[in-house]
Amino acid sequence: MSALNQRTKQARDNINWIWEWANPVKFMWFSGLVLPYLIGLTVLVFGTGFVWGFFFTPEAENFGSSVKIIYVHVPSAFMAISAWFMMVVASVIWLIRRHHVSALAAKAAAPVGTVFTLIALATGALWGQPMWGTWWAWDPRLTSFLILFLFYLGYMALWAAIENPDTAADLTAVLAIVGSVFAILSRYAVNFWNQGLHQGASLSMDAEENVADVYWIPLVIAMGGFMLFFVTMVFIRTRAEIRLRRVHALELRERMADA
Amino acid sequence: MPELGKYAGAVLGSWAITLGLLVLLIALTWVQARAAKRKHDEIEARRQAGQRAAEKKR
Amino acid sequence: MIALMLRDLRLAIRAGGGFGLGLAFFLIVVTLVPFGVGPESDILARIAPGILWLGALLACLLSLDRIFQLDFEDGSLDLLATAPLPMEGTVAVKALAHWVTTGLPLVLAAPALGVLLNLPAPGHLWVFVTLLLGTPALSMIGAFGAALTVGLKRGGLLLSLLVLPLYVPTLIFGAEAATRAIDGFDNTAPLMMLAGITLASIALLPFAAAAALRINLR
Repeated sequence: MSALNQRTKQARDNINWIWEWANPVKFMWFSGLVLPYLIGLTVLVFGTGFVWGFFFTPEAENFGSSVKIIYVHVPSAFMAISAWFMMVVASVIWLIRRHHVSALAAKAAAPVGTVFTLIALATGALWGQPMWGTWWAWDPRLTSFLILFLFYLGYMALWAAIENPDTAADLTAVLAIVGSVFAILSRYAVNFWNQGLHQGASLSMDAEENVADVYWIPLVIAMGGFMLFFVTMVFIRTRAEIRLRRVHALELRERMADA
Repeated sequence: MPELGKYAGAVLGSWAITLGLLVLLIALTWVQARAAKRKHDEIEARRQAGQRAAEKKR
Repeated sequence: MIALMLRDLRLAIRAGGGFGLGLAFFLIVVTLVPFGVGPESDILARIAPGILWLGALLACLLSLDRIFQLDFEDGSLDLLATAPLPMEGTVAVKALAHWVTTGLPLVLAAPALGVLLNLPAPGHLWVFVTLLLGTPALSMIGAFGAALTVGLKRGGLLLSLLVLPLYVPTLIFGAEAATRAIDGFDNTAPLMMLAGITLASIALLPFAAAAALRINLR
């Protein structure tokens, strides 16, 4: 083999080990090993972000103490979108490489993403109330999250409605991909739709204000905490899904053996 | 408790809802994961018992 | 292709219910709105384009499961899958047939129903134009949703849950285009976006819908 071919083969072997973890047994082994540390790390980072953000940040101009809400609102909103993105990537991997762990990971991530979306909506509304005097405003960002919430619901409903696990995995994967296109399109549509009403009165702080270290560092920690929380939850839920899938397969075998 | 002034309701409410929902999710997940593990171990035990019985017959 | 189209058209008109129901539902919704929001003419005039769009959208939604369900149940969908016409073509033709039998009548009826809602004068033209541009998108997006749920026994409600969020951009741009024109503003932007959505849906969604059908036919 030529030197170039050897190096290519080596590079491809180095990358291919990732697909080894796609094997359900290997995933169970790996996740089982890592989970306790993951949980510990999550509690640590999440707790730090929470405590720091709540107790040790000063009041801000225009926002007063309500600026503290960014430590739950921003990370949850960010993760709500990241979770959907992860579901789409996992769906594509499932459609192309048929790794069951991928499909089940997408299914596992959905409830977590949904809860993040709900938190983003609730904290957004709670923040908006003192700011705008109304419990809900069709602010483009909040509205987009409401639509995202509906997409999450539809995705989970489709998984629940279909009996055959592989068919469900396939159809929900297609839905996630097509849904993403429409979700992005909706973002633009909603921005366009709301131009007349709340010009500029968007809920999140401007990037300029975020630069202040005293707010920024705990925010990064809080985001890290939410991210770790997401990974931990997806690991736990995927493990449960893998077990349930095996149960389903064995039950079918039992039923056929009895017949 | 830091001075929250007029935004106390909003801040405390946000954090309460966040923690509340996350705890709900954790509880739900834990229950589901435990049920999955239980079902899995039961059916695995049945399968292995069945296999052992089949081995004995041979 | 034409044969399939004509067959679907004949089935929709014959199998009673397919044809007139959407129109009747549209009328009922438009009639119900004043009962819900009060009969004041200026309020109705303000929301008329939106209500007409919403009514047309919901009426479209009702007949979506007929696109594939009947053929799925009696096995014709399996036959169509093995026919020389590619699945994507089948989907496109069926969506077109749905539009002709459901969407188009709604478009034609809308200006007339606008009278019930005090739709201001330029509104009649603009509601007609925007619905004409937008209803094909509704049929195509709906066909995709129908393809996803074709295997389910009572997929009707799930179909709505899946399709309605997908309808949001079309609804926003369609209603905005009509409303802005009525208020005297320039509506080129939403109109172009609406046309873009329709064209993109027709070009791309048949592939997704065909994939979903193949999955369900396995």
